[in-house]
Amino acid sequence: MTDDHITETTNRVMTQWNNDQSNLLQMLIDLQQALNGIPESAINQISAGTRRSPADIESVIGFYSFLHHDTHNPYRVLFSDNITDRMLGSRALAEHLNSRLQDIDTATVDYTSCTGMGDQGPAALVNGHTLTRLDKERIDQMAALMETNTPLSDWPAEWFRVDENIRRRDLLLETDFEKGSAIKCALESGAEKILEELDASGLRGRGGAGFKTAMKWRFCREATGDNRVVVCNADEGEPGTFKDRLLLQSFAERLIEGMTVCAKVIGATTGFIYLRGEYLYLRDELESKLQRYRDAGLLSKDIHGEAGFDFDIKIHLGAGAYICGEESALIESLEGKRGIPRIRPPFPVTSGYLNRPTVVNNVETLVAAAMIAVHGAAWFRTKGTEQSPGTKLLSISGNCLKPGIYEYPFGTSLEVILKDCEATHVQAVQIAGAAGSCIPPSEFSRSIAFEDLATGGSFMIFDRERNLLEMVQNFTDFFVHESCGFCTPCRVGTSLLKKRLAKVASGRATGVDLEKMRIIGSLTRQTSHCGLGMTAANPILETLDKFPHIYEPHLLSTTFEPAFNLDASLEEARQITGRDDPDAHLQGGGV
Amino acid sequence: MADKVKVATASLAGCFGCHMSLLDIDERIIDLVELVEFDRTPLTDIKEIGDCDVGIIEGGVCNAENVEVLREFRRHCKILVSMGACSINGGIPAMRNQYQLKECLEESYLHGMGVEDAQIPNDPEVPLLLNKVHPIHEVVKVDYFLPGCPPPADTIWTFLEELLSGEPIEFAYRQIHYD
Ligand SMILES: Cc1cc2nc3c(=O)[nH]c(=O)nc-3n(C[C@H](O)[C@H](O)[C@H](O)COP(=O)(O)O)c2cc1C
Ligand code: SF4
Ligand code: SF4
Repeated sequence: MTDDHITETTNRVMTQWNNDQSNLLQMLIDLQQALNGIPESAINQISAGTRRSPADIESVIGFYSFLHHDTHNPYRVLFSDNITDRMLGSRALAEHLNSRLQDIDTATVDYTSCTGMGDQGPAALVNGHTLTRLDKERIDQMAALMETNTPLSDWPAEWFRVDENIRRRDLLLETDFEKGSAIKCALESGAEKILEELDASGLRGRGGAGFKTAMKWRFCREATGDNRVVVCNADEGEPGTFKDRLLLQSFAERLIEGMTVCAKVIGATTGFIYLRGEYLYLRDELESKLQRYRDAGLLSKDIHGEAGFDFDIKIHLGAGAYICGEESALIESLEGKRGIPRIRPPFPVTSGYLNRPTVVNNVETLVAAAMIAVHGAAWFRTKGTEQSPGTKLLSISGNCLKPGIYEYPFGTSLEVILKDCEATHVQAVQIAGAAGSCIPPSEFSRSIAFEDLATGGSFMIFDRERNLLEMVQNFTDFFVHESCGFCTPCRVGTSLLKKRLAKVASGRATGVDLEKMRIIGSLTRQTSHCGLGMTAANPILETLDKFPHIYEPHLLSTTFEPAFNLDASLEEARQITGRDDPDAHLQGGGV
Repeated sequence: MADKVKVATASLAGCFGCHMSLLDIDERIIDLVELVEFDRTPLTDIKEIGDCDVGIIEGGVCNAENVEVLREFRRHCKILVSMGACSINGGIPAMRNQYQLKECLEESYLHGMGVEDAQIPNDPEVPLLLNKVHPIHEVVKVDYFLPGCPPPADTIWTFLEELLSGEPIEFAYRQIHYD
C-alpha cells in the first residue's frame, strides 16, 4: 500500500463524513473497511482534519475491539464465542481453521462476543461480514479460498446467508403494514393525540429496562433545547439476542416510520440508527430503504407534504463494544468517542446527543410504536397482560429442535414456549442474556412479562447434558471482556470473579471460594457505575442460589486451597537450576 | 503474663518497610508489649513459630521458603493479617511477573552489569523461586488486610488496639485511603 493511496483514501473517507469530529468513529470504521486496517500513518491526517489529538484518536481505536492498525492481513476471522455457538462446536472449528492456516500469514483467527446468530450458528465474522452455519467442510473450503487469496466478493453467497427464522407470529409480525401509513396517521392525529394513544397502549421499552415509552417521549417533548434527536438502539449486544436483526432485515419500514412518528412527537430533526458492527451486512439494504423513503417524500424535507416537518435518519455503525448498547455510552459513541457511560442525570431526554434532548429506543419499541400509531391502543391491548400489554419477540437458541424468532403475548409461560420450540430434558433456561436470570424447571410455570420474567428477548436453553458451569464461565468472561474499564468495581470485580471460577472449575476450590465469590459479586453489583457492572455478577449469584450442585462436586473438603498449583510453580526454577532435591519441591496444597 | 496475646510477624517478599512502620508506633510499643508477647518476629529473632493468636505478614510469596513460612504461620496463628501492598497484591516484587523467570535470572546473574563468574545459583541452600510472585491470600486463607505501602503506624496501631480489645475493626478515612 503506497502512502499516496493511504492519504487519498483517508481524505475521501473524511470528506464523506464532513470532517466532523463527532463522526470520528465512523471515519475509522470506513477507513478500516477500505484499507483492511487503520494505518498509523493516517492518524496525523485524521487529527488535523477533525481537530482531535492523535492520542484521543488512538484511545478510540483502542476502545473498540473491531478496530486495529494492522493492514497486512487480508482476512480477519472472528468466531462468535457465545455459549450457544460453543455448544454447536465453534471452538473446535476455530482451532481447525487456525491449524489449516498455520503456514500462511495472511489471516488471523480470533474470538468475539455473540454475533447475534444464535439460531444459525456456529457463526463468525470475516472482515466484518457475517458467516453462518459453519461446519468443518465449510472451514476447509474457506481455508482453501484464503490460501489462494480469493476476495470475499468471490466467496459463495450462500455462506453469508442470514435466514429470518420466524417461528411464531403474533400481533406485530402478523399484521400487515402499508408503507407510509404510520406517518400519515401521526400527521393526521397530531403529536398530542399520538402521545395519548401511546400512553393508553401502555407500551414499555423492549430494550430491557421497560421504561414507559410515552413517558420518555413526553419528557423529551417538554425538555428545552433545539435540534432534538431520535436514536434507534440497534446495538443488540445481549448474548443470545437476535430479534432486532429480523426487524432490521425484514421490517425496516416500520422502524423508519416509528422513528419518524417519534420525531413528530418530540420535534426532532435528526435521527440515528446505531447499528452494531456485527450487523454490517444489513447496512446497505437499510441505506437503500432510507433512500426509497426520501424518494417517496416520506423522509428528509416536508415529510408527507407537511411543510416544515423535516427529519432524516443516518446510520452509525458500532465496532464491537457491548457497552455501547447502554444508552448514554451509545450517545458517547454516536459522538465519535469511547463508549463510556455518562453520569446520569442529566438523562438523554434532556441532554443527549451533543447535549440535545434525545430519545433512545430499542428497535422493537419503535416498530411497536409505528403499529400503535396505525392501529391504536385498544388493538395493542388485545394481547399481553395488564402491566405488560402487547407482545414480545424472543430469540430462542440452545438445546431445542426449532431455534429462531418467536413472537408471544406477554404472560406466556416458559412451559408453553419450551413445548413450541421442541426442547426436551431441559436443565435450565437463561432468560434476558448473560445478565439475566437462570431458571430451573421448578419455575417453568413463570411467564414472560415485566411483572415476572422481564427480558430484552434472549432465551437460551440448556438441556441436562450441558455443564452449566461452562455457561457461567462463558458469561463471566463476556463481562470481563466487555467491561469498559471506567470504574474499578466492575473492571477489577469481573476479573476477580473470573479467576475464582477458574479455580472452581479446575477442582482446587473450597467453600471459602464460593463465599468470596458472593462477597465480590455483591460488591460489584452495589458499587458499579452502570448496568453492566451492576449485573455482571448475576450468572454467578443466580446459579450459586438456584444451581448449587454445579459447584459442589468441584470443591475440596479442605477449608482453603491455594489459587495455583504450588509444586508446578517451581518447575521453571527446577529446570533452570537443574535441581530436584526435596527442597526443590513443595508438598501439599492448602492448610 | 500467661494470658498475654501472642503475636508473630514475618517479612516474606517485602522490603521490611512495613515492619519499620510498625516500629513507627514509637513509644506506644511500650503499651503494646504490656498487652502482647512477641513470638517469632524479626524483632525477637525467634526462628520457630509457636502457637499464636495473631500472625502478621509483610510481603508476597516469591519462593518455596516463603510458602513454607506462610503455611507455618497459618497453622499456628488463629488470626492471620496481610500487611501492606506487597502482601496484598504482590507489590514491587510482582513487577517481575511480566517476564519469564529465566529472563529475570539471566539478567541478574549472567548478563547484568559488573557480573563476574556468571552463573545462576543452584545451591540447595538457596530457596527456589516460584514462576510468579503471588499475594499471600492466594496461598493461605487470610483474615484481615491492611492496605498501604507501608500502612502508616497509626493504622497499624488502630488495628491492633481494636483487634486486641475485641472491637470491630474500623478506620478513619485517612487511615486507609491515600488519595
Ligand atoms: C450494558 C447495557 C447494554 C444494553 N444493551 C442494549 C441493547 O443492545 N439494545 C437495547 O435496545 N438496549 C440496550 N440497553 C438498554 C438501553 O440502555 C436503553 O435502556 C434502551 O435502549 C432504551 O430503549 P427502550 O426504552 O425502547 O427499551 C442496554 C443497557 C445496558 C446497561
Ligand atoms: S460498570 Fe463496568 S461497564 Fe459500566 S462504567 Fe463501570 S467499568 Fe464501565
Ligand atoms: S508494602 Fe511497601 S513497605 Fe511494605 S514491604 Fe511492600 S514495598 Fe515494603
